[in-house]
Amino acid sequence: MTISIELPISKQQASLLKAGDRVSISGTIYTARDAAHKRMIEALDNGQPLPFPIEGAIIYYTGPSPAKPGNPIGAAGPTTSYRMDPYAPKLLDLGLVGMIGKGPRNAEVKEAIQRNCGLYFAAIGGAGALIAKSIKKVELIAYEDLGTEAITKLTVENFPALVAIDCKGNDLYEMEKRNDQHSIS
Amino acid sequence: MRRINVDQITDAIARLAQETNYFLGGDVCRILSKRKESESSDLAKDILSMIEQNIVIAGQEGIPLCQDTGVACVFLEIGQEVYLEGGWLTDAVNEGVRRGYKDGYLRKSMVADPLRRTNTGDNTPASLHVDIVPGDKVKIIFAPKGFGSENMSRVAMLAPSQGKNGVMDFVLQTVKSAGGNPCPPIVVGVGIGGTFDQVTLLAKRALLLPLDKPNEDPFYRQMEEDLLDQINKTGIGPQGFGGDTTALAVRILAAPTHIAGLPVAVNINCHVSRHKEVIL
Repeated sequence: MTISIELPISKQQASLLKAGDRVSISGTIYTARDAAHKRMIEALDNGQPLPFPIEGAIIYYTGPSPAKPGNPIGAAGPTTSYRMDPYAPKLLDLGLVGMIGKGPRNAEVKEAIQRNCGLYFAAIGGAGALIAKSIKKVELIAYEDLGTEAITKLTVENFPALVAIDCKGNDLYEMEKRNDQHSIS
Repeated sequence: MRRINVDQITDAIARLAQETNYFLGGDVCRILSKRKESESSDLAKDILSMIEQNIVIAGQEGIPLCQDTGVACVFLEIGQEVYLEGGWLTDAVNEGVRRGYKDGYLRKSMVADPLRRTNTGDNTPASLHVDIVPGDKVKIIFAPKGFGSENMSRVAMLAPSQGKNGVMDFVLQTVKSAGGNPCPPIVVGVGIGGTFDQVTLLAKRALLLPLDKPNEDPFYRQMEEDLLDQINKTGIGPQGFGGDTTALAVRILAAPTHIAGLPVAVNINCHVSRHKEVIL
């Protein structure tokens, strides 16, 4: 069964999702990966505002390939999330609700997810052409000079993902827990 | 001497950059489909099926299989009887990369300096390896390499006493610690022997071998099969969410080495294992 998520999502709605749930996300999400995160944290350290409202936002870790004429975007699958681990807790504490990426997160990120009732979604790594089909509109928001790493605002419809870490800290990447869940279901 | 204009090399590389990023090799597709049938986890089956859909969409619409269209790894085998004319070889290779990545709407992922990190804007320079071989042909192998899996690759200088078991343990540990990060199901390239620098290149070249053609050396064929079996028993599974398919294949290349050493390198590739060759 796939759960449809219409963004923005409240913390109360977020708390109902469980690790392992298959979801289909529609609404507005922001792209940011390595270099954009570095700049955002530098901005915060210097007392400057972030380039988009972080409260209630979802960040997608991706660096898309260029759009062909007529398409809003090129291939746009997730990049590996652990590289954003040093930055994610601060953003979660500021109100970020969710992140979409691939691969496990460290203990600090998991704690921040639990502390703030956030979510970590996993998209299918290496399925950039398939995922691009769910991206309908792309708008440049900041850091244009970073090229593929610029921050953009995406309008997505039925973006396919899984809940990888839920609000209670359950983690689909942790095998023992995953096996327990399988045996329960 | 056979004269070849380097423009031909530029043209070939520009074409290969696009073809490798849109179309996946038949060997990868065949193994994916076989693995999907035998998967015991429903989620793993679904993920493999989405990976197959992605291959169809990319091929039909000319969209890259993955947004990480990679470092442009180029392997040239140049016949000793060939005279290259019309410009410098390295420039010709980089021009092919520049053109292929621009015309093919491929991502430019190269930064000019590892610490100061300004994007070069055209995905150059290529990672270029040139071998001089007998004959009057030029073989060009193009292999775009994504960095999600490159980051999970490892090298170790083992002691000869650690032997085959030591090598197998190192490969297995590398795959386990990579877990869900390198976009499993992965392809595992293993280099054994040579020197510190040679062994990593062996591992990378192992990724260029056909995945469904058995190793000609029965010793290494058995080792590849045993490693694949053990890796697929880890339960990491597609994308790290459990299942029987953590790797599609393990390929090994070995080379002579020093009496004091047993170098081993593991180069991990994701399921989007891209490479193609042409001969001029």
